[in-house]
Amino acid sequence: MAIKTQGDEPGRGSDDAVRFGRRVDSSDNRVRMTEAVVVIELRKNYGAVEAVRGVTFEIARGECFGLLGPNGAGKTTTIEILEGLLHPTSGQARVLGRRWGADDDEIRERLGVCLQQTVLSPKLEVHETVELFRSFYRAGRAPADMIAEVGLTEKAHARVGALSGGQRQRLAVACALIGDPELLFLDEPTTGLDPQSRRQVWDIVNEFKSRGRTALLTTHYMDEAERLCDRVAVIDHGRIIAQGSPDELIHSLGGDHVVEISVGDNGSSRLDAGRLTDLPAVRAVHQEVGVWSLAVTEPHVAIPALLDHLRDDSHELLRLTTRHASLEDVFVALTGRHLRDE
Amino acid sequence: MSDPRAMRRRDAFLALIFARWREIYREPEVVTWSIVFPVVLSIALSIAFRNRPAETATVAVVAALENERITRILRNTPGIEVRVVEDAVAAAHALRMGMAAVVVVKDADGVVYRLDPTRPEALLARSRVDDALQRSAGREDPLPTREESVSEAGARYIDFLIPGIIGMNIMGGGMWGVGYHLVDMRIKRLLKRLMATPLRRGDFMLAQMIVRVVFVFAEVGFILTFARLLFGVPVRGSIIAIMFVSGLGGLCFAGLGVLTASRAMTIEKATGLMNVTQMPMFVGSGIFFSAERFPAVIQPFIQALPLTALNDALRSVILEGSGLISQAHEIALLASWGLVSFVLGLRYFRWD
Ligand SMILES: Nc1ncnc2c1ncn2[C@@H]1O[C@H](COP(=O)(O)OP(=O)(O)O)[C@@H](O)[C@H]1O
Ligand SMILES: [Mg+2]
Repeated sequence: MAIKTQGDEPGRGSDDAVRFGRRVDSSDNRVRMTEAVVVIELRKNYGAVEAVRGVTFEIARGECFGLLGPNGAGKTTTIEILEGLLHPTSGQARVLGRRWGADDDEIRERLGVCLQQTVLSPKLEVHETVELFRSFYRAGRAPADMIAEVGLTEKAHARVGALSGGQRQRLAVACALIGDPELLFLDEPTTGLDPQSRRQVWDIVNEFKSRGRTALLTTHYMDEAERLCDRVAVIDHGRIIAQGSPDELIHSLGGDHVVEISVGDNGSSRLDAGRLTDLPAVRAVHQEVGVWSLAVTEPHVAIPALLDHLRDDSHELLRLTTRHASLEDVFVALTGRHLRDE
Repeated sequence: MSDPRAMRRRDAFLALIFARWREIYREPEVVTWSIVFPVVLSIALSIAFRNRPAETATVAVVAALENERITRILRNTPGIEVRVVEDAVAAAHALRMGMAAVVVVKDADGVVYRLDPTRPEALLARSRVDDALQRSAGREDPLPTREESVSEAGARYIDFLIPGIIGMNIMGGGMWGVGYHLVDMRIKRLLKRLMATPLRRGDFMLAQMIVRVVFVFAEVGFILTFARLLFGVPVRGSIIAIMFVSGLGGLCFAGLGVLTASRAMTIEKATGLMNVTQMPMFVGSGIFFSAERFPAVIQPFIQALPLTALNDALRSVILEGSGLISQAHEIALLASWGLVSFVLGLRYFRWD
């Protein structure tokens, strides 16, 4: 599978180190200014558990970067190290050109943070909560404007405990944005929310992006990563297994389209992956619980050939669907597993 | 404060104080535990331990010819109730069952009192019976005495109890209002969320402490007003001295609250630790009865407990009107407990 991987190949790994090394050690301010986050060979062990096993990436200013991976991949650990809340076992993390441990107060003034789950005080009202968070920052947004921006004006005087899950999450995002941060960290911002609430959170993040700010978000939803992120690092078992823009990653599958078929038994022979791969415009074949997935460059070429092939072998076609390839397909191609294992 | 940083810190500090204050007064349980509970408890205990006139002493006498004179004398003595029983066996039974405090028997040498000296009512009964019998036998008391009955405010059980209840509340409030609250914030990941802002840890803790002390002032003021109006409990010390001792107690137990909350990651662990910390003081520190009742060997331990010092100081200041100087020992003990537990608690505090 021709997907750009990172860290696995020794050649590419050392290549990266050279590239990052130049940027980090450089005293050239222009270079520093372009990178909002630089992470080099980050590791974090919890006793015997290796939660993060050598993660390297960088985020340019104005970019929205996504860490996409299943539960337990190490997303929260990575982002909390970048938020200055956890100490890495080894490796480097630079945020806004500074290192944790030296300029913590300065970094915190310019960061917005939304943790994976935070239960904000249920007894406080929405505006009181936003005003409280505003008071922690030197500069920032007007609380009423912030509340309006996340669509909670009608709830401004409601207790936090009386809000719905989606409203609470928008409040949490408001608290992350109230200091008018240059860099926003969102850890699974829409997990567990209904589709409408998810879209509302996405709108808020898009508005933040449109003002040229930088964001790092983690998610196990491929649609979220595709919609919000300029670049995505696919993370699994504490390692980054692919990195690039969503389009690049999907292109790397070899075909932008996925054709899925299931067939009945013809009594004699079974479908053969090798022969399917030989069909025109088919780039890769993957089979799972009776469904064959074909990565395809040109569906109008591949499908007629596929149908001919089925007819020649007298396979009964039970189902045929075609869709645009997604980051989910990238993850499946790389790991043989799905992002969400339910 | 023209420095923008200092101003920001002050704003954050005030905002935290107001937020915590709102959380507290919007919590119905807080009002229940800090106001209703002490009032109900003191009413209940004041009824159970009200000062009663001395009870009548019940005396058993065996129905026999030689006892008739004794029976007559005792029947005519106020405060004594005579129970005439059939024989010595019945008399012994009455004594065992608590139906009589003393058995009176006449024999050749005089009168025998049979009683259990560990029972206070037995000693009282014997002394009354003895007085009556000796006088009727012609005893003249060489020293004239008379009695004046007093029930002075300040010396009753309720007077003893109210400062103890205030001390108990200050202990519970510090442990729960600060300790439990911090663990709850940790579990909800709110502590971690706050640590991701420029807010300083020290400012955060100080705000918690200040709110706690302000709450102690309100609580003590309320309980004392109530005790005075309902029971006439005297408040003899200066308000400043009373509030100083209470506020210091509030800080001391808030410090212990921080210490017990410093590591716990679950509510169960935190609750268990707080109960274990409070239990010896709840029993030993003189809330409901004097700490002096415990044997001398464990007195050093009991006297070293912060709640013992707080209760002693509160009683002296409230009931006797003592000044702060006379309470220097208690004040120093409270301050040390508070400081040591706060510093240790902060040293090992788990912010995530
Ligand atoms: N405090 C901790 N102690 C021990 N193991 C942990 C701790 N936090 C996370 N882990 C483990 O580290 C791995 C990565 O966790 P996490 O970063 O939370 O993953 P994700 O956010 O991608 O779901 C998991 O296997 C998790 O069980
Ligand atoms: Mg996570």
